[in-house]
Amino acid sequence: MSGDRAAIAAGLLPGDDLHRALLRSIVDTARAIFRAQAASVFLLDAETDELVFEAVSGEGEESLVGRRFPSSTGIAGWVLVTGQSLVLDDVTADPRFASQSAQSTCYVPKCIMAVPLESGDRTLGVLEVLDRPCAERFTMAESDLLGIFAAQAAIALDLLQRSRSARRLLDDGGGDAAVLTRLAAALESAEAEDREAALALLQALERIVSRRR
Amino acid sequence: MAVTLHADDSDALPAHAVAGPEARRLRGARQWPSQVDRTWAFGGSTGAGATVCVVDSGVDAEHPLVGGVGRAVAIRIEGDETHVEADETGDVCGHGTACAGIIRSVAPDCELVSVRVLGEGFVGSGPALIEGLRWAVEQGFDVINMSLSTTKERFVADLHALTDAAYFRRSLIVASAHNMPVRSYPWRFASVVSVASHDIDDPLAYLRNPDPPVEFYARGVEVDVAWSDGSTLRASGNSFATPHISGICALICAKHPDLTPPEVKTLLGLTATNAVTDG
Repeated sequence: MSGDRAAIAAGLLPGDDLHRALLRSIVDTARAIFRAQAASVFLLDAETDELVFEAVSGEGEESLVGRRFPSSTGIAGWVLVTGQSLVLDDVTADPRFASQSAQSTCYVPKCIMAVPLESGDRTLGVLEVLDRPCAERFTMAESDLLGIFAAQAAIALDLLQRSRSARRLLDDGGGDAAVLTRLAAALESAEAEDREAALALLQALERIVSRRR
Repeated sequence: MAVTLHADDSDALPAHAVAGPEARRLRGARQWPSQVDRTWAFGGSTGAGATVCVVDSGVDAEHPLVGGVGRAVAIRIEGDETHVEADETGDVCGHGTACAGIIRSVAPDCELVSVRVLGEGFVGSGPALIEGLRWAVEQGFDVINMSLSTTKERFVADLHALTDAAYFRRSLIVASAHNMPVRSYPWRFASVVSVASHDIDDPLAYLRNPDPPVEFYARGVEVDVAWSDGSTLRASGNSFATPHISGICALICAKHPDLTPPEVKTLLGLTATNAVTDG
């Protein structure tokens, strides 16, 4: 039934545009706060075991969203799998990293901050902030700030995932209670007189269903 | 269960009991100094004779800051079967090499062993982590460095059993604390040494935390570390603080091979930078 309820809720909400906007706002803000060149949120697609660029601010924002790579690849993969955040400076010193990064994103950062996005015991993805001013010493305060951002991004990502899986359920027929979603949508667009009559019927139905509980 | 002592009847004793002569031998087995300090704990030790296992992304054994590893294995899981194979791949990320290099810098003559539990995707990473740790505990290494954690509740019981087994088999697990407000493991277990970061620029500065579950802070901000393909870079995170403590534990274990994990942990606390009052 919880799937039914989620599907009904998803059916009453607009698509995932708002969640996408929230994620985009988070990466924009992270980029601004850390004075970074770019920031990205990666979502784990557990079915294909891949990381997907879900929101990008700065370098690559036009081309990277939707791009995928294997889930345990490189620094984002290590952070995802181990649950530990990392801050790395001078990463171009690692020729393998530079070449992988250049091939996959056409952008080679010098500094990376990467933090896992987790909600309860679910690992959802990774937040990366690229090229903060590398010459400045990294501080514990920045580390705390990164953690706070990650907590916020994780909530947005969790909502997005739940909304998507509920919408998939709805698209697949929506479970036994999908009729309620269709009914609610029809009520919203009904004429006032019809709507009043329909609501009276629904209230009567509610009394019957409640009486038999 | 309390240990019961009997002067005779030793054949009939259960495994948890100890007979009189054995009890007297145990009583006199270790001489403690009147005051413990770093000189007593690990002065003159280079880690020679101690083995430290790095459970991570693999280790680049050829890296000059790593200086070779005694053995490197990778965990591969196929269905219900676990394969522990010689690791021909090396480090799939660079992180395991960083940890190995830090341990080597603190305990230059310890033996390093690598268990690669990463590289097979996220979905299989939990079982690989468990099986990698299981293998490490079975080998009886003096110190097991785990700069990683999991939030997956379904692995908690297995992890708990393994960390307890390590504790009783005298393998000290040193684990990175999570730096965000989520429940993760194994660092929260009392049987391991849990480590987070401080920003003091001294590899031998370690602080005891009177307010656990994080028990110790070690150098974890802007550390120059070894990385893939012979490179180096500057890194920050609890996962780099942890191998500093592993290295110090290797120094202690090399000098005092009979110490148990709780004794090594106590010694860390007594010799911490914020606990030393004399000398």
